[in-house]
Amino acid sequence: MHHGFGSPTDRRLSALVRHLEGSSSSSAMESQNQTISASATSAFGDNSVFGHVVRAPEDPILGVTVAYNKDPSPIKLNLGVGAYRTEEGKPLVLNVVRRAEQLLVNDSSRIKEYLPIVGLADFNKLSAKLILGADSPAIQENRVTTVQCLSGTGSLRVGAEFLAKHYHQHTIYIPLPTWGNHPKIFTLAGLSVKTYRYYDPATRGLNFQGLLEDLGSAPSGAIVLLHACAHNPTGVDPTLQQWEQIRQLMRLKGLLPFFDSAYQGFASGSLDADAQSVRMFVADGGECLVAQSFAKNMGLYGERVGALSIVCKTADVASRVESQLKLVIRPMYSSPPIHGASIVATILKDRNMYNEWTIELKAMADRIIRMRQQLFDALRARGTPGDWSHIIKQIGMFTFTGLNMEQVVFMTKEYHIYMTSDGRISMAGLSSKTVPHLADAIHAAVTRVV
Amino acid sequence: MASAMLPLASASPSASLSLQNNCKAKMKLGSFDHSTLLKKEKGNPFIKTKSFGRITMAVAVNVSRFEGITMAPPDPILGVSEAFKADTNEMKLNLGVGAYRTEELQPYVLNVVKKAENLMLERGENKEYLPIEGLAAFNKVTAELLFGADNPVIQQQRVATVQGLSGTGSLRLAAALIERYFPGAKVIISSPTWGNHKNIFNDARVPWSEYRYYDPKTVGLDFDGMISDIKAAPEGSFVLLHGCAHNPTGIDPTPEQWEKIADAIQEKNHIPFFDVAYQGFASGSLDVDASSVRLFVARGMELLVAQSYSKNLGLYAERIGAINVVCSSADAATRVKSQLKRLARPMYSNPPIHGARIVANVVGNPALFNEWKEEMELMAGRIKNVRQKLYDSLSAKEKSAKDWSFILKQIGMFSFTGLNKAQSDNMTNKWHVYMTKDGRVSLAGLSSAKCEYLAGAIIDSYHNVS
Repeated sequence: MHHGFGSPTDRRLSALVRHLEGSSSSSAMESQNQTISASATSAFGDNSVFGHVVRAPEDPILGVTVAYNKDPSPIKLNLGVGAYRTEEGKPLVLNVVRRAEQLLVNDSSRIKEYLPIVGLADFNKLSAKLILGADSPAIQENRVTTVQCLSGTGSLRVGAEFLAKHYHQHTIYIPLPTWGNHPKIFTLAGLSVKTYRYYDPATRGLNFQGLLEDLGSAPSGAIVLLHACAHNPTGVDPTLQQWEQIRQLMRLKGLLPFFDSAYQGFASGSLDADAQSVRMFVADGGECLVAQSFAKNMGLYGERVGALSIVCKTADVASRVESQLKLVIRPMYSSPPIHGASIVATILKDRNMYNEWTIELKAMADRIIRMRQQLFDALRARGTPGDWSHIIKQIGMFTFTGLNMEQVVFMTKEYHIYMTSDGRISMAGLSSKTVPHLADAIHAAVTRVV
Repeated sequence: MASAMLPLASASPSASLSLQNNCKAKMKLGSFDHSTLLKKEKGNPFIKTKSFGRITMAVAVNVSRFEGITMAPPDPILGVSEAFKADTNEMKLNLGVGAYRTEELQPYVLNVVKKAENLMLERGENKEYLPIEGLAAFNKVTAELLFGADNPVIQQQRVATVQGLSGTGSLRLAAALIERYFPGAKVIISSPTWGNHKNIFNDARVPWSEYRYYDPKTVGLDFDGMISDIKAAPEGSFVLLHGCAHNPTGIDPTPEQWEKIADAIQEKNHIPFFDVAYQGFASGSLDVDASSVRLFVARGMELLVAQSYSKNLGLYAERIGAINVVCSSADAATRVKSQLKRLARPMYSNPPIHGARIVANVVGNPALFNEWKEEMELMAGRIKNVRQKLYDSLSAKEKSAKDWSFILKQIGMFSFTGLNKAQSDNMTNKWHVYMTKDGRVSLAGLSSAKCEYLAGAIIDSYHNVS
């Protein structure tokens, strides 16, 4: 066992760098790198039928936590995966979630029979209302089909598989950059992935012109992935006016919106404000897909709770679409898990619990906003070169620092700060106590590493 | 049943684009004025107006992108429960889906499960993401339960275990692994088999074909046909085997037959792929029900095993299972596990914690584990009793020489009655007995009290309907 600096640490870090560098946005490239020889060899002795299976690198995002866990340093800081931490650096289970769970476990009439393929009915209805608005005409007209899925990832995957089977256009445009798992999900579902310009490194803001140009030149009918709010990894969101322009352009070109809503309520602190982009598109009567996750806003990460809603032109279409969604789900996992969805339904349907939830949610969002301010102030106090105002302009759990890979590696090696190689840090993993350490690390990286 | 690919001829991109161009001038920046649009567009053939009672609104200009999608038929197994719910007849009996019912025909949550959940609640554990491969404590106990804790493959770390979404999800991960690393390799599945197996391999794009299994003449195993078809399959095929309590037939090979199956598989360098959804539920003994898997493992074979805790721990809705890949070396197991993770990440990122914690707590706690074994013996015992009673009722009602003893020879939750589709339909339409069209009945849904009624229905359908 080795501790501290030295060659084993270097080896571990360069392995991490290799893994981070090796992960491209196209998983098609990765799978081609695997040599595939279907030689049937004897199962006895050293020969294995799996001899040609190479070791996959750790997932670039989740692998950060793996590396962090291996680090024995007492000052280590995990700013990798987007999981909320309290001021004390602890994971948080919301009080209202604990209460809901208590009710469920203590209810002796509850059973564990298979949910329907589409999941828990109450949960589906309440989730749709949450994102689309309780008075949404689309819901009232039965034009929305909502199916419970495995958090955001599962909702995206089911939606993408459905589109690959039933939609005439198999190209999806994703923003550059986007969450690392997006291209893999869509590629494995059978869609081909293209990008549209999004982040402008010069301004550390939105490249709106580039976005409009790229969507404008997309083939008619193409699918477009949109982050509903709190863009991951950049934290850069369009303004409402920009959203309106995007909407008009997309409707003009017949582009199909596919929203990823993983931070509703977590970005601004307001559930309604964070749903504006989605509701804007639904209000014009057009169609769209929405993947919802309750991992962050309800702190239900490991329960895997989410929903896919498809807003259709007519109720008849919605009902046929739902029947086909079931054919995607059944051969994937048959039906979704009951526990997390029951927690969400319990909270959403009870006025008091719902209100309690909004308060706890706002508290989490506010703490993150405070961390942004503190980090910004700390960098200014150190006179760190550069404009760091993007830290307080960006929104949501993540900050796209603008640090490059070498700087990131430096921060991990010298300061035991763990983050993804694209320079993204999870503000949710910061506390007032650890902000100074991070500010020191950034300062050192910017001044010593170019 | 694969869903059809449907061209959207009625909503071609160029048509929708021209419709939109027509109405471009009508779209205003900012607010969308429904009533103004409606007045202007009432006479416009390109805008549909729909009335919903007193609310009339203009639907946006183009047809749905999904207009050409047809209504999919209901799932042949899960759809049975839906039909049962809709039936108002008081004699109705749901023998469709394989979900255990008590003698009172109530769903059953095991006592050990309730205890585990209470423990978990008291501990107040967090809800952080599991690793992609799932809960480590669960993965450890599930492999030990299956192979035996002292099995060399476990001691030598030659098993790649990844938590999956019950049996289906674990099978799907394995199918994805086969598709990526054994392109062109075929899976051969028993005829018949669980209806969802084909869907899983279809969606994973893994070719499959069938091997003979059920012999309708004997209502038993077509052993020679099975061996012959295994040997005829291209070398290096994956052979899907039911570890115990074959679904839908309830017909399992004997230990001697398992040896010969293993011989044939080894001869052709095939890879065994076990689906173990009923460990403990078939005979009542966890070890006995795992003996087929352990037999293959003892021969040093590499193999895959999908596990489910839906039935034996009654955790249906929690979706808890695992895919295990037994490799010839620890290094191969490490590599295979890493690739299974790479397949899971773009599917659902990481698996749900709740069911995994329940299993880890029950199997990992000696007192709870023993209690579980007792509850499982009770469940398996009730089914054996019901088999006996059904057989007795059938024999009593049977006027011809028809031998119903296969009911007693079959094992597990299901019985393959030998009824054909028309006869199964008669069971439902005349007798309100809900079952799948292949003649499968779930004895787990049968009470002693209803055995006689069911026997009457079967006798009638068998003799009076063709």
